[in-house]
Amino acid sequence: MVDLFDILIGKEGEKGYKKKSVIVQGITGKFGSFHTQQMIAYGTNIVAGVTPGKGGQKFDGVPIYNTAKEAVDASGAKISVVFVPAKFFLDAATEAIEAGIKLLIAIPEHVPIRDAMTILDLTKKKDAIMIGPNTPGIIIPGIIKIGIMPASPFNVGNIAVLSRSGTLMYEVSHNLSAAGFGQSISLGIGGDPINGTTVIEAFDMIRNRTNIDGVVVVGEIGGDSEELLAQHIIDTKFEKPVVAYVAGRAAPKEKRMGHAGAIIYGNYGSAESKVSMYAKANVPVAKRPAEVPMLLAGKLGRKKS
Amino acid sequence: MRLLEYQAKSLFSDYGIKIPKGLTSTNIEKGRKDAKTLGFPFVIKAQMPVGGRGKAGAIQKCHNADEFELKYAEIMQKVVKGEKTRAILLEKMADYKKELYLSLFLNRGKRCYTLIASSEGGVEIESVKNQVIREVGLGNVPKSTSEEVAKAIGLKDNSIQEFADLVQKLSKLTIEKEAELTEINPVAVLADGTLLALDGKVIIDDNAMFRHEELKKFQEVSELEEKAEKSGFSLVELDGNIAVVGNGAGLVMSSLDMLSDHGGKPACFLDVGGGATTETVYEALTLISKMKKVKGILVNLYGGIVKTTTVATAFIRAYENKIIDVPVFARLSGAESDKSKQMLSGSKTRLFDTVEEAINAAVIGVNKNG
Repeated sequence: MVDLFDILIGKEGEKGYKKKSVIVQGITGKFGSFHTQQMIAYGTNIVAGVTPGKGGQKFDGVPIYNTAKEAVDASGAKISVVFVPAKFFLDAATEAIEAGIKLLIAIPEHVPIRDAMTILDLTKKKDAIMIGPNTPGIIIPGIIKIGIMPASPFNVGNIAVLSRSGTLMYEVSHNLSAAGFGQSISLGIGGDPINGTTVIEAFDMIRNRTNIDGVVVVGEIGGDSEELLAQHIIDTKFEKPVVAYVAGRAAPKEKRMGHAGAIIYGNYGSAESKVSMYAKANVPVAKRPAEVPMLLAGKLGRKKS
Repeated sequence: MRLLEYQAKSLFSDYGIKIPKGLTSTNIEKGRKDAKTLGFPFVIKAQMPVGGRGKAGAIQKCHNADEFELKYAEIMQKVVKGEKTRAILLEKMADYKKELYLSLFLNRGKRCYTLIASSEGGVEIESVKNQVIREVGLGNVPKSTSEEVAKAIGLKDNSIQEFADLVQKLSKLTIEKEAELTEINPVAVLADGTLLALDGKVIIDDNAMFRHEELKKFQEVSELEEKAEKSGFSLVELDGNIAVVGNGAGLVMSSLDMLSDHGGKPACFLDVGGGATTETVYEALTLISKMKKVKGILVNLYGGIVKTTTVATAFIRAYENKIIDVPVFARLSGAESDKSKQMLSGSKTRLFDTVEEAINAAVIGVNKNG
């Protein structure tokens, strides 16, 4: 199993420590180019870009290659962030994983389920990780930002934020930062029905880190990842404080609420089902984003005393 | 995209799955012709994308012309769980000795397709007993699994092969049409052991529709929802009077929840997508202006990178062009918020520092005027 922090930060004394190389697939597109600049400004080490047909050119000093293989061969990068349109995601992601990418951050929205599942199969065979699709990305405040999130909501600290929604990840992190709770990592799971890395997998990747005092899980209606996580917390006797938020209590059934994954069928995916499972796991659920830091303070305070 | 029963059945038929003889109409004139062609008796079935039609009286048997006139009109007017009748399927009744359950669906938690079969079909899946469940990866069910499942639900003789064939056909359909769910409930076992799909439910992955030109004819979206989709927005129309707009599905859902908690009634869910620009917000306001029921607009934008002045410009332009005249209650997070407040002073848009304050003002403001 690949260690997420190892890929993102590395080990002290090792080459590239806190300066891990990242390539951008779709670097010359509207979003790709804008966010490449934003990532570089944050300090992320963007070493190469991929745009078929533009090999040999440069974008803001970053060399562009025609294929992911050339970009990986030239840079040795193990991380790729993908900005290509959903229709081209399958090809771009396949190329990246085949070229040796170990962490694929899949930004595009509207990727077909079958394509996401195909890439998921491939990552398993190649011992790689996919985050997303339809994710804002990952940020380790102060060290690395890979994705489309603004930098301002995030502060250095010891809380891990896992979120199924992009803007809610910013909103909740912003509220946490304002209350003095910085983040050791904020990770977007993605809003699609099939996640390359599930909430539970992400949870297990971070649970034993010593720089994490508590976990905030931002969820929404649809699927059963909150229910499964709650059961997982019970089964594995996780003892650090966990606080949750679930969006979509007021959403009607059988209507897709923006995210492909945010849909309730019967009771499957309903907010009530999630909240009641969290209660069993002793995880308080905030009624609104601003309540998250209050609940977390309560949990942390109680634990200290 | 959830297909109606007759649409699902036409796909079944394309894949060689046997269905009862039936005809679909949207008005009684065509319905009368269909009745003549089929001959009494038959079943009148409302075509609407919900379960529980039988209990709600949206499926009824019909024995003669007098009954037909009454029941056709009645079923055409039916509303079940908020869904209207879209069309009417007249279908011949079958004599059968047993009802089975069969479905293939995307199990999100396990991240694979799951085959569910049961010897006791005809009720909603939550109440289906003796379920036989098999995980089948990307939906391709091996022939050996199909036969094993047929035996596991207690089928005998030629029904085993019939059922295994049915599973193979449904599996092919699921893969080729990129369905999230295909369900036949019930599957009728006829006297000679052959099988017939009495109902059909198919949900296609919306994100795969660009590969399925052939399914476009089944797409049904409201005029507004279609316009929203063209702009890259997600819109869900609701019953209340306060339109809820934001960027990011989670954030808009969250705003919807908080508005409801405060006693407000959302008129719609409108997600303009991750980024927010003058153009997207202006287009969103234009869409909302077409909803007569809207008495106020709640805007919750988490910009971060976006300057709030960019968004404020859209409000001002919308008022100037008389696109909207209802009050807007907005929380805009991002740079230059003081400047935005200045720009909007004197307009019907009020800016708030937190979404809670914006919601309070919206509920009070709309109720006062409403």
